[in-house]
Amino acid sequence: MLRFIVSRLLQAIPVLLVVISVTFLLIHSAPGGPFSDEKAVPPEVARALEAQYKLDQPLWQQYVSYLGDVVRGDFGPSFKYSGRTVNELIAAGLPVTAELALYAMLVALFIGISAGVFAAIRPNSLQDYIPMSAAMLGICMPSFLLGPILILIFGIQLEWLPISGWGDIPGDKILPAITLGAGYAAYIARLSRGGMLEVLSQDYIRTARAKGLSERLIILKHGLRGGLIPVIAFLGPAFAGLLGGSFVVETIFQIPGLGRFYVTSAFNRDYTMILGMTIFFAGLIIVFNLLSDLLALWLNPKLRQQTRGGN
Amino acid sequence: MALLEVNNLKVSFHTRNGVVKAVDDISFSVNRGETLAIVGESGSGKSVTCYSLLDLLPKPPAVIEGGIAKFDNEDLLTCNAERMRQLRGNHIAMIFQDPMTSLNPFLTIGEQLIEPLIYHPDKTQRLSRKTAQVEAIDLLNEVGIINPTSRFNSYPHEFSGGMRQRVMIAMALINKPRLLICDEPTTALDVTIQAQILKLIKQLQKTRDVAVIFISHDLGVVAGIADKVLVMREGKTQDQNTTQEVFYNSTSDYTKKLLSAIPSGAKIKPSGAQQGSPLIAVNQLKTYFKDFSDSKNKLVKAVDDVSFGIQKGEIFGLVGESGSGKSTLGRSILQLAPITAGSVIYSGTDLGALKASQILPWRPKMQMIFQDPYASLNPRMTVYETLAEPLLYHAIANKQTVTKQVQQLMDDVGLARSSALKYPHEFSGGQRQRIAIGRAIASQPEFIVADEPVSALDVTIQAQILELILSLVDKRNLTMLFISHDLSVVRSICDRVAVMQQGKLVELADTEELWARPQMPYTQELLNAIPTADPKN
Amino acid sequence: MQMPSQSSEQHSSLWLDAWIKLRKNRMALFGFTVLLVLCVVSLLTPWIAPYSYETQDLMLGATPPSAAHWLGTDIFGRDMLTRIMYGGRVSLMVGFIATAVALVIGILWGSIAGFVGGRVDAVMMRIVDIMYALPFMIFIVLLMVVFGRNILLLFVAIGAVEWLTMARIVRSQVMALRKQEFVEAAYSMGLSRWAIIRRHIIPNTLGPVIVYTTLTIPSVMLLEAFLSFLGLGIQPPQSSWGLLINYGVETMEEYPWLLIFPGITLSLTLFALNFLGDGLRDALDPRASKD
Repeated sequence: MLRFIVSRLLQAIPVLLVVISVTFLLIHSAPGGPFSDEKAVPPEVARALEAQYKLDQPLWQQYVSYLGDVVRGDFGPSFKYSGRTVNELIAAGLPVTAELALYAMLVALFIGISAGVFAAIRPNSLQDYIPMSAAMLGICMPSFLLGPILILIFGIQLEWLPISGWGDIPGDKILPAITLGAGYAAYIARLSRGGMLEVLSQDYIRTARAKGLSERLIILKHGLRGGLIPVIAFLGPAFAGLLGGSFVVETIFQIPGLGRFYVTSAFNRDYTMILGMTIFFAGLIIVFNLLSDLLALWLNPKLRQQTRGGN
Repeated sequence: MALLEVNNLKVSFHTRNGVVKAVDDISFSVNRGETLAIVGESGSGKSVTCYSLLDLLPKPPAVIEGGIAKFDNEDLLTCNAERMRQLRGNHIAMIFQDPMTSLNPFLTIGEQLIEPLIYHPDKTQRLSRKTAQVEAIDLLNEVGIINPTSRFNSYPHEFSGGMRQRVMIAMALINKPRLLICDEPTTALDVTIQAQILKLIKQLQKTRDVAVIFISHDLGVVAGIADKVLVMREGKTQDQNTTQEVFYNSTSDYTKKLLSAIPSGAKIKPSGAQQGSPLIAVNQLKTYFKDFSDSKNKLVKAVDDVSFGIQKGEIFGLVGESGSGKSTLGRSILQLAPITAGSVIYSGTDLGALKASQILPWRPKMQMIFQDPYASLNPRMTVYETLAEPLLYHAIANKQTVTKQVQQLMDDVGLARSSALKYPHEFSGGQRQRIAIGRAIASQPEFIVADEPVSALDVTIQAQILELILSLVDKRNLTMLFISHDLSVVRSICDRVAVMQQGKLVELADTEELWARPQMPYTQELLNAIPTADPKN
Repeated sequence: MQMPSQSSEQHSSLWLDAWIKLRKNRMALFGFTVLLVLCVVSLLTPWIAPYSYETQDLMLGATPPSAAHWLGTDIFGRDMLTRIMYGGRVSLMVGFIATAVALVIGILWGSIAGFVGGRVDAVMMRIVDIMYALPFMIFIVLLMVVFGRNILLLFVAIGAVEWLTMARIVRSQVMALRKQEFVEAAYSMGLSRWAIIRRHIIPNTLGPVIVYTTLTIPSVMLLEAFLSFLGLGIQPPQSSWGLLINYGVETMEEYPWLLIFPGITLSLTLFALNFLGDGLRDALDPRASKD
């Protein structure tokens, strides 16, 4: 198991290297320098700024020194937020985004799995059609549409819930979490339904029934373990998706998280910020993919023993 | 009073394409300590009959249309779900055909064994995990699992097929049921393992005094174990009597047909094997490959230093159990599996030394018939297209003559000309195998490798296909390598037989010589394990 | 190939079976119809749109739905129906072209990896694995920032994300087919590699490819809408549904119809395409058609 983790982490190094190189090259091949849209800057000031951000060095030197910084965990200063480093900005936004993503994931897993399992118990009945139609609706109602609609209904019309902010007014975390989680709840519902249907048609479920076990036990003990494997495998990609989704949700609900930073930095052409955050996101996604793989591995005794045998 | 008495059971499946009567008016009874065998070919309704007793059929599409099944004076067909749950496992237990898929791969066998004890429907009878574990280990010991205490925490994939079936049997018996239903419990197992499992079931039945319903497609298996036999076909009773009567004095035409279809005895007329140098000479052939499913990429020696020759005109049998490498050997000879070392000489040419493009002209001369007649036919090609492809590709026919030649082929393998435009999924298994045979002989080969060509077929169909193969070998002067796990089939069709075990050739002899005087212990074991369709034996 | 003439029975190929099954699936049929209508309307938009794309009526401003403007007007007095129709052209075009890009790259990549196998396959699929681990959403944002919001770039960028799954599907299909006995039978028959690919492998891979293509189109449209909503996708004066929703959100308190109508149109389209894809999957599922 340890060997698996180590080998996967080692594999992550080239991936991260590709991410760093590609983003670095992309940004440095951008037409116009980072300061070109600020017309009022006198040439000597611009030169001083370029020297400060090492832009006067040849590209490969910049690349090497940036790589060195990144290895040390230093993403450098922000272009646009003067006096603040990218690290500081990430540290400020991360807890907010992490909390939002956590709530959204909880919403998605809880609603998704229960709806999917519920539907799979009686396929092709109302108990199947109703949650699955809702799931389809969830997939076809992207967060940038669902968010505004929820705001319109619960915030503006009914005035039940606050429509912006994060942790300022009680209840202001509810709508963002639902908006971000709903689409994933829908996906997870479809995945867990499919997985459960597959498992419930297996011979060993028939064996469990023939043994006289209760339906509840059959589903919870014999069904879920295999049926949720597709959901677990989806957790890694889902997390990557949640990060992307946080761009939209944090913009709509004006939440000071990483997603909103990223979008504003993109508009402001804050290159060091984008570079740093991209690498940071890529690292996070790699870690979460690894975690979801590990979880899937741990659930499958055959795989688990093989990796143990490899030790 | 019988333990189980079933009267006029009727079950049908309501599908999109109409209602299918799977079980049509079946009645039988089983007493304590008695074994009833229900025998039938695929689609006979034998399994559906038993599944309906425990309410294990998927509903829909299954509907129980009528009948009574009195178990200890209680109707199984009308009792409520809660009562059914109490009956399952505790009074009536079941074991299934495929021990590979019938155990939950995610749970240890110990956990699965003790479940009926620790989740007993009657809460007062529930055992603690600890006492349940003691009982389970005792039972594992009784069914012949070695080191039951340490094996208790193993997962199903760590057991061989035979051992898994033993675990299944232990699981069925753990709550001391009074009726045990066995659904083809040995069909997925090798013949030597089958003999062991049958012996175990017989022995457990005696010591535990349970009634057994034994479902099988194989009269040979049933002969040694059953007291009574019920023969079913297409949902209806064909024959029902004591085992002796069914085997020796049956008045049912269908039973007689089944019995006569079982291959038995020697080959009637030897194929005209020519003397002299062999058509195919296999010299020290080795085919190794890496097992990627194993974490260490273990080297599998599928064929390990095998030498023999096949004379022109003979049918050469190759027998072995699963994993013996017999299929790989067949594919290696045809150069469909890359050989590691050694040579295959086909009428003077070393096939292994040829380049990929040089082998193409040899291919039409050497053909293959596969086990699974569904998988071996392209599902998107009609019979006509399948048969015309080799004819046109090898310019055996041209556009004007191809239709006629395809029709000729269809006549030769016994397919109706009118079905030329049908697709494989519209045929039965036996007909599909006829198509595959037609395709194999289309390119006018000299040599055919038949890899378990009748294993997936019902016994009556199997007899027909064997007859077809024999007549084609005779008519077209073919040489054949006939690969099978079924020794009776091999005996009835082959001139010489080679026995394989773990990649090695163990013994090679003329068929009747091998049967009369097997030299190696493994061959003797194999021959002893063959079930015979004779209750006295 | 000449067919024998005396056959009078009805025979069904797997394709015909699938078509019959699909026709019985009402939701899939609904999806198919919606898709067809959308395509026709998009093609004919310049001729059938009630107003021209540029027409503004600043005096009129935003008005709710009326007889003259069925779906109302925006703050510049532009007809919403016209804007949605023109936006749909862009959204659908992005959907189709980016899917086509994904399809071409994915099929080529997957089939080469599957056919050649061995080391080549290992390397090619490793590349796919690595690319899977990349945060693509972020990369597209990056591309849009660096090179400006270029619609052509958008096609390429989205296509470059979506081909990965297609490559995996095609490869696994090809690998599975290579092991099928009927392909082995074709080998043993002496058919050349190309003949086997053309006659036995391609026809049997089509089903999953069709299904996945149908499901890729909505996910591509969603991605485009997502980017346009963030202001990183389609650029005015061009319009797409995502951009319209973006504008709609800004003024949703006063003029909710500016959000609701493009929203409904987008959701309905995604709905239709997903149902069609699901229906196709059920219809083309080999397991379901085997017996």
